[in-house]
Amino acid sequence: MALFAAQRDAHEALLSDAAALQGRSLWQDAGRRFRANKAAMAGVIVLALITLGAIFAPSLSPYTADDLDWMNISAPPSLENGHWFGTDDTGKDLFVLTWMGARVSLTIGVMTTIVALSIGVAYGATAGYVGGRTDDTMMRFVDVLYALPLLFFIIILVTVFGRNIYLVFLAIGCVEWLTMARIVRGQTLSVKQKEYVEAARACGAGPAAIIGRHVLPNVIGPVIVYVTLLVPTNILVESYLSFLGLGVKEPLTSWGVLISRGANSVETAPHQLLIPATFLAITMFCFNFIGDGLRDALDPKDR
Amino acid sequence: MTSYAIRRLLIAAPTLFLIVTLSFFLMHLAPGGPFDDDASLEPEVIANLQAAYDLDKPVAVQYGLYLGKVFRGDFGPSIIYIDRTVTELLTIGLPVSLKLGLSAMTMALVIGGSLGVLAALRQNSSTDYAVMGVAMTGIAVPSFVMAPLMSLLFGVILKVLPVATLEPRGALAEAVPALAPITPYILPVIALALPQIAILARLTRGAMIETLRQNYIRTARAKGLPQRDVVWTHALKAAALPVVSYLGPAAASVVTGSVVIEQIFQLPGMGRFFIQGAINRDYPLVLGIVIVYAVAVILLNLIVDLIYGVLDPKVKVR
Repeated sequence: MALFAAQRDAHEALLSDAAALQGRSLWQDAGRRFRANKAAMAGVIVLALITLGAIFAPSLSPYTADDLDWMNISAPPSLENGHWFGTDDTGKDLFVLTWMGARVSLTIGVMTTIVALSIGVAYGATAGYVGGRTDDTMMRFVDVLYALPLLFFIIILVTVFGRNIYLVFLAIGCVEWLTMARIVRGQTLSVKQKEYVEAARACGAGPAAIIGRHVLPNVIGPVIVYVTLLVPTNILVESYLSFLGLGVKEPLTSWGVLISRGANSVETAPHQLLIPATFLAITMFCFNFIGDGLRDALDPKDR
Repeated sequence: MTSYAIRRLLIAAPTLFLIVTLSFFLMHLAPGGPFDDDASLEPEVIANLQAAYDLDKPVAVQYGLYLGKVFRGDFGPSIIYIDRTVTELLTIGLPVSLKLGLSAMTMALVIGGSLGVLAALRQNSSTDYAVMGVAMTGIAVPSFVMAPLMSLLFGVILKVLPVATLEPRGALAEAVPALAPITPYILPVIALALPQIAILARLTRGAMIETLRQNYIRTARAKGLPQRDVVWTHALKAAALPVVSYLGPAAASVVTGSVVIEQIFQLPGMGRFFIQGAINRDYPLVLGIVIVYAVAVILLNLIVDLIYGVLDPKVKVR
């Protein structure tokens, strides 16, 4: 009897061990790989700090965005007078302006990407799922648009309809969805032909269930990677517009606006260019590192 | 091949038409007009001006008139540059922009391509990391930040190159008179090329690493070919494919980049006319420039596709 008891105990020990074990999903694996990537994690932390700064930093300064300090025009950064990043050529505090600019630049990066994401995913998924001639026509249209200097349309839109921040969101988003559409379409096309989709269909799943349950989860990976690369692209596009004097209007400011003003006084007060430019560059670095990290984490076969 | 080229040109025609139509209606359907801001003008004067530019007619009629003129090669008179036709302005702006854009593209291809190949051949070495670091910086720091910094350094502090003028000034022009005519273009071209150098270096590196892993490269090495032949005759051709297919989008970004660069360096190229025209609602000028840019980009894309067909045996050019 004792013999059987020992065997049963061993059995139960095995079972309880197995219960204690947790299966790791693909996402958990990806998360683990991502956290192991130092550059990407540094990117996340710095970006989080910049975001927090954009929210809270302006209120830390003794000045507001409207204060004109006539005693300190184009002053270099200094701890004594409270202009930690110096002032611009109207005596406004650059610390406050830079963080206010961060608000606008980051918001624009995110909002334009949401617009581009919605258009791109809808367009790409439709083309990929429907397939055939519809797909051909739709993607041919994307090819045509792809080759055009679309920024010109943004410039025309913005100059003609006025420099409204919502218009900037929409204009940039409406132009930057092309790559997203291509990625989603390609993924949809390949997922659609997988055996498990066929199996799902055989079990009686409708198109909505198949797209929601099988296609989209498999599309999300590359889309997330592209989104992290699209946000900085769009921040750059806005800076480009602002640099030409076509971006956000006073009293709003963005890094592009500040860089544009700083570029005019680069000979006399280089800090006016360097400070917003550094913030822009750091943000670009962060997003690129995060994007690369995500790509490596989500697509390990590519390494 | 020829029939493919002709077919592509036939597709280009409706594309161009689409662009012209879209830009035309975008500009004309918005409220306001080019003479709104000028409060000094009498109403009759404005009416006369509008009649002179056909602006008093319905938009559809204006559109028809415009298309008719463009077909005859006439882009109409400019509104802000008084007494100048758009064609005249284009003959001033196009050579400047063309020089700038083509030089930047060539520079980006040569330097970006070489850096990418170099980094790929020494993958994970310090050369590789250095190249990728530079490329990352080139992507993170936009050209409109680089340009003022470079003109501060080379123009104002070192006084080597001229800034914001087409006059050949600076130490380089004096030291080497033969180079004097191109000195005003050096900084703008570098500033315009830098982001593309960065992107092309990354792209070439990736493509090259991928190619070097292929079996036929291993075969070439196994049969004892020297590294030089493996790289030049076997790897480069295959690695060039993704790079070539990026040239179309690269051209589009060089075109848009040149707008800012011309603005910063005060070069009288099409980009400056375009911004001036767009801000002041100079319809004929903006449309004329859009057409020229679109033709340039479409032609370049056609060339890229033809090269692609030659390079890639898998692509059947029908």
